[in-house]
Amino acid sequence: MTTTKSAPRDFGFGEDEAMLRDMARKMLGERLPMERLRTLVAAAPEPVYDKGERAPWDAQLWAEIVELGWTGLAVSEADGGSNISLVGIAGIVEEVGRHALPSPLISTLMASLMLRAAGGEAASQLLKRIAGGATASLAITNDRGSWEPEDAPLIAIEEADALVLNGTARFVQDAFKADIFIASARLGDALVLCAMEKGADGLSLQADHIHDLTRDQASVHFNGVRVAAGFIVSRDGTAVLQAVWPSLLALVSADLCGASERLLQITVAYANERVQFDRPIGFFQAVKHPLVDAMVKIDRARSLLYHAAAEIDAGSANAELAARMAKSAASDAAAFVSDRAIQLHGGIGFTWEYGLHIFFKRNLHNQALFGDGVHHRKKLADLLIGPVSTSPNLARDPAAT
Amino acid sequence: MSSTDRSPEHREFGEYARRWLEENAPPPPPERLPITPIEVMTVGQRDYLQAWQRKCYDAGLVGADYPKDYGGHGNTGFQRIANHEMNRAGVPFLINIVGLSMAAPTILQHGTEEQKRKFIPGCLSGEEIWCQGFSEPGAGSDLANQRTSAVQDGEDWIVNGHKVWTSLGHFAHWMILVTRTSKDDKYNGLTYFLCPIKGYSGVTVRPLLKITGETGFNEVFFENVRIPDAYRLDAIGKGWAVAMTTLLAERGASESAGSGGGDREDSIKDLIDLARNSWRNGILAADDPLTRDAIMERLIVAEGIRQNARRARVAALCDHPMRLPLQQKLTITESDQAIARLGVDVSGAHSTLYKLDPRAPQAGHWPLAYLNSYGNTIAAGTNEIQRNILGERVLGLPKTK
Repeated sequence: MTTTKSAPRDFGFGEDEAMLRDMARKMLGERLPMERLRTLVAAAPEPVYDKGERAPWDAQLWAEIVELGWTGLAVSEADGGSNISLVGIAGIVEEVGRHALPSPLISTLMASLMLRAAGGEAASQLLKRIAGGATASLAITNDRGSWEPEDAPLIAIEEADALVLNGTARFVQDAFKADIFIASARLGDALVLCAMEKGADGLSLQADHIHDLTRDQASVHFNGVRVAAGFIVSRDGTAVLQAVWPSLLALVSADLCGASERLLQITVAYANERVQFDRPIGFFQAVKHPLVDAMVKIDRARSLLYHAAAEIDAGSANAELAARMAKSAASDAAAFVSDRAIQLHGGIGFTWEYGLHIFFKRNLHNQALFGDGVHHRKKLADLLIGPVSTSPNLARDPAAT
Repeated sequence: MSSTDRSPEHREFGEYARRWLEENAPPPPPERLPITPIEVMTVGQRDYLQAWQRKCYDAGLVGADYPKDYGGHGNTGFQRIANHEMNRAGVPFLINIVGLSMAAPTILQHGTEEQKRKFIPGCLSGEEIWCQGFSEPGAGSDLANQRTSAVQDGEDWIVNGHKVWTSLGHFAHWMILVTRTSKDDKYNGLTYFLCPIKGYSGVTVRPLLKITGETGFNEVFFENVRIPDAYRLDAIGKGWAVAMTTLLAERGASESAGSGGGDREDSIKDLIDLARNSWRNGILAADDPLTRDAIMERLIVAEGIRQNARRARVAALCDHPMRLPLQQKLTITESDQAIARLGVDVSGAHSTLYKLDPRAPQAGHWPLAYLNSYGNTIAAGTNEIQRNILGERVLGLPKTK
């Protein structure tokens, strides 16, 4: 267990973190302006929605991102990465969300955080590859949409010093862009985490037909996939999952915050420019006030995001609470902002061509990913209020105490 | 608060403040205290709270950063630490809220040397209670629509008019007063005065009853009140600009002199405690999933407010310098209102009980807190006006007026 230290007052977001973030903002702003994003992922609806093709992404831009070392942000220097704090990574991921970047970056960061939490030689070897540009994704969610340790999607059996995996991992993010998968599997009473190549024997991908145009998602079928000892990342997967869980929530929250801020700014610009009744519509309080409410919700989520990231960086016992608060706030802020962005634009916002839907759908996807606001508030309530009485009206009868 | 971003001097002061507050926590009040200073009703409450402010002032926890010439303690960056420690310690609030967070900062910015020496010390020590004379029957959200007149008469001014919603007016020695000195210009025809109240000839303070049935605020009538020109703050016709200084100080962090008082965190703890003990519709409120969700929503908003205040001091994480400070009044008052409202809901049928009913939970706190919460969502610029300000100054939307 890590010991609790207090996180710095400034979240640990200093000059270096600001520089990285500003660089990301500039680079993505130049390489992925709205017009380019639209032509890249939303030239027409038919290929993705009617034919079920996977949405295109910019492999050339990805090569530049690898060149910048972003796959190694969460990898230690010993393994060839840059070992940036989660607060620093959150700054970059906000920019990724702001530009709705289609890429395997977030799934790769999640996998590398999982490997780092696991530690050990197997993880170290994989982290070196990731720092060198390999992509990865987590295969930890089951058919019922649960990623809790007891609900691992796969079953493992021992075979000499290797493991053999069977089952299907669902909702695997950017699976078709991943070189490596990190999967969770039940082995008797234990949870094991294993790594495998995308081309491993017995492994097959089946694309999900999804709304979001800025990623792919798949079911990954494991049909007797053999995992050699050097690819067994952890035999104490429950502890690793619990340790890395707050970081995964923080990354999705950062993406939501960035995309939501972008939707707000686009809508504010439109409200200043669109004239009805002889005035820019932003003059009217029915438009102005919801935009302020959107800002308030985004700011709350952002502050909670950096709080969570700073607690995680400090190894605080509060990390889980803080991360669940951040994901709940970010999911709900995104839902509100996405809704108002379309509505306040009026007809133009409802069109395919205008492109708001790209951010709307990315947000919709991320709201559900790893639990929406209600889910995390339920978990928080269990931690802070205590479990619901199982024997009604008796378990917590104040008169009985 | 972490110690990493504080100088040894600041750390030492923080430790001193904490120790002092532990050793000098006041005895229980002679009668139940209201939740905020603007609800102080009785002489007993006033005497108790005035003595407490004096003690904190003498200990250096109030007026910490004001110059010694004006009764302050002459430090830099100490007040924020003192406020934090006072909040943490859960000690009573400081009664002279108008003096501390409105009059003193305004006089410091606009006053003559003589005015600063005369007025600021009493604001800080609490010896002289202040009230605010801004609102009038015809000047609420449209604050510049002032009718109370001040007419020059030799070295004096003659004031006639009617101010309303005057919190603490029944105890006040002084009022910060906005008057109309010219009808030619709505905004440039205003002049700001420091006006004696208690026992002053021509001034009548009449209590107004709030929706709770309690007193706590007043209306103040001026009939040919003669005040010397030496009590005019800043130039004739500059009243609007001076009033803006006051409102900015009021709506902002109120860190300039010292705030004190409770914390939202405590309210959430009280709410959880209430839920665990509140039988409602035959079950414990803490077992109702929607109630659990609602409490966690309040918790997340309250934590968001805390983290906003933290992020507001990290320039690299703020796109616009006023974006977070200008949200504070809106978010705090709406959060407090929603917490109180939820306390009412959690109390179920018990929420019907007035504070004097022996079966009223937590001495009838929740319904009264809810009723009183409207004082703060309306005062200091209604929250609708706050949304205009945020939409216009931060988002850059067209001005409503």
